[in-house]
Amino acid sequence: MHIVVCIKQVPDSAQIRVHPVTNTIMRQGVPAIINPYDLYALEEALRLKDRYGGRVTVLCMGPSQADAALRKTLSFGADDAILVSDRAFAGSDTLATSYALAAAIKKIREDMPVDLVFAGKQTIDGDTAQVGPGIAKRLGLQLLTYVAKIAALDLDQGEITIHRRAEGGVQVLRTKLPCLVTVLEGINEMRFATMDDMFRAARHPLRVWDKSAVGIEDLNKIGLKGSPTVVAKVFAPQAKSQKAQRIETQSGAPKDLAATLLTKLFTHHPQLEREIAGRAL
Amino acid sequence: MSDVQPKKGPTGRRKVELDPRLAAYKGVWVFIEHQRGVTHPVSWELLGEGRKLADQLGVELAGVVLGAPGPSMRHACDEAFRYGADLCYLIEDPVLANYRNDPYTKGLTELVNKYQPEILLLGATTLGRDLGGSIATTLATGLTADCTELNIDLDNRSLAATRPTFGGSLLCTIQTLNYRPQMATVRPRVMHLPERGAARSGRIIEEPLGLVESAVITKVLEFIPDELQEQAQLAYADIIVSGGRGLKRPENFQLIWDLAEVLGAEVGATRPLIQAGWVTADRQVGQTGKTVRPKLYIAAGISGAIQHRVGMESSDVIIAINEDPNAPIFDFATYAIVGNAMQILPALTDAFRQHLATAKCAG
Repeated sequence: MHIVVCIKQVPDSAQIRVHPVTNTIMRQGVPAIINPYDLYALEEALRLKDRYGGRVTVLCMGPSQADAALRKTLSFGADDAILVSDRAFAGSDTLATSYALAAAIKKIREDMPVDLVFAGKQTIDGDTAQVGPGIAKRLGLQLLTYVAKIAALDLDQGEITIHRRAEGGVQVLRTKLPCLVTVLEGINEMRFATMDDMFRAARHPLRVWDKSAVGIEDLNKIGLKGSPTVVAKVFAPQAKSQKAQRIETQSGAPKDLAATLLTKLFTHHPQLEREIAGRAL
Repeated sequence: MSDVQPKKGPTGRRKVELDPRLAAYKGVWVFIEHQRGVTHPVSWELLGEGRKLADQLGVELAGVVLGAPGPSMRHACDEAFRYGADLCYLIEDPVLANYRNDPYTKGLTELVNKYQPEILLLGATTLGRDLGGSIATTLATGLTADCTELNIDLDNRSLAATRPTFGGSLLCTIQTLNYRPQMATVRPRVMHLPERGAARSGRIIEEPLGLVESAVITKVLEFIPDELQEQAQLAYADIIVSGGRGLKRPENFQLIWDLAEVLGAEVGATRPLIQAGWVTADRQVGQTGKTVRPKLYIAAGISGAIQHRVGMESSDVIIAINEDPNAPIFDFATYAIVGNAMQILPALTDAFRQHLATAKCAG
């Protein structure tokens, strides 16, 4: 069994600051991390490998610094790592990104057939959740998004059964391999890297593929040229000017604060009093 | 938000003479998410936005309904008319009974290629994102996810789709200039529900799917409804009590549950608490979680970082409890209590409980 896991290196959005004057992202000092959702995908792939044997190849598109992210996945137990990196990919939107990654997976398939492609449900920087579906469509893979559980994998039959989060419930789906799975957070708990794997990761030769190594045929489909969407403007959200009304009492005791708040709340928002009374009964 | 002056910086706006082939694309479409006899309310919210865009462009607004044959399909079309659609495209086929990517992608792709809308909107639900990402690829066009504002740039008749980026720290406006249709998804509860006009009607255009069940590779074995799963229903909750890192220890989160129980409220949390495993991910409010718009939002121990703020600032009334008087949440909350959440929360729970008991006796 051969699983390809797609990961992205992203700035840790929890630590991003915007320059107050220029409204630009201050990247200095913001650590680059593996997109947290992709770690669930990696762990799920490694668990399948532990159980059924096979190989896990990690694929990442990004600048050369993204090799750190790939080394980390090797230390967790991935067998191989490929960085797709070329200036020509700069400015890619989700359509162009899925084109490049799909081309890379086609290349990987030439060496060894791919049964499963895993990805996180979305990235924390783009938040689009579009690249996974895009890759699946380009490669003609069955698409399984928002997977909360892999219920069964039958390699002899080439079938997989999964639980998929849908609106209002969970779909239990069965499909044929090869397919692309995007996993939900919480599907598993990430393992720790072992010493052996850390040493192996440090020595492992990373493969870096530029556009010709990936086998990109149509340069109009990658980078800015291959991206239908154009960023027209970037701006800071308008600050809401309403300051909260501070609840204060002489004593400052929690009990008094709570009572004062309720009085204010129900005086100014009588509909809330009815709402709460209506539901609590 | 649209009147914010763009600061110096990336202004990639290009004027593009639209290819005549693409200029033939006319009309605004909204994908109506109809599953198991029920339409997701985000579809009506989108029709409200779609109506606005169609009027600006001087074109028709259409709903697109896909599903298994049954009376609820026509009903969904009728509802779409009441929420503003001029017409509906309808594909009824047993293969469409339960959402699966391939049949829905085929149906919608073929409808778009045949009738050529200039704009296609979908809800940013698990279904809409799965389908949207697929359709954008099969149609080779641009898709902007999770938009918070949609407008028409009258210079070039194109859709200006604004969305938060970098965890909500910035907004960016994205356009799809020389590709059609221009696609966007919008999360539930981001747009207002438009008024439902009882008297409106419209015409229905039916198309076949042209797919037999045996040709569909993915099979639905079962659908387990959420009542059996105890999933949080945050997006449409009227009252939400949320906790953040200020609660300090996982056991203190029980105070949130206690208050929520008295109020009959849903429970929410910030991303760090989800990551720490205090609460399940279906309760996350914010940029990478859910957008909510309750009548009352109580935020305890939440600083109000932009990541969380973008998911809840549209709440009608926000009560914020935080030890730090300079916490950003006090800049947009309605009421502020500066204090220790671990002491304030039980006091609030008691106060609400007593108030309810008195109201019950009186009433």
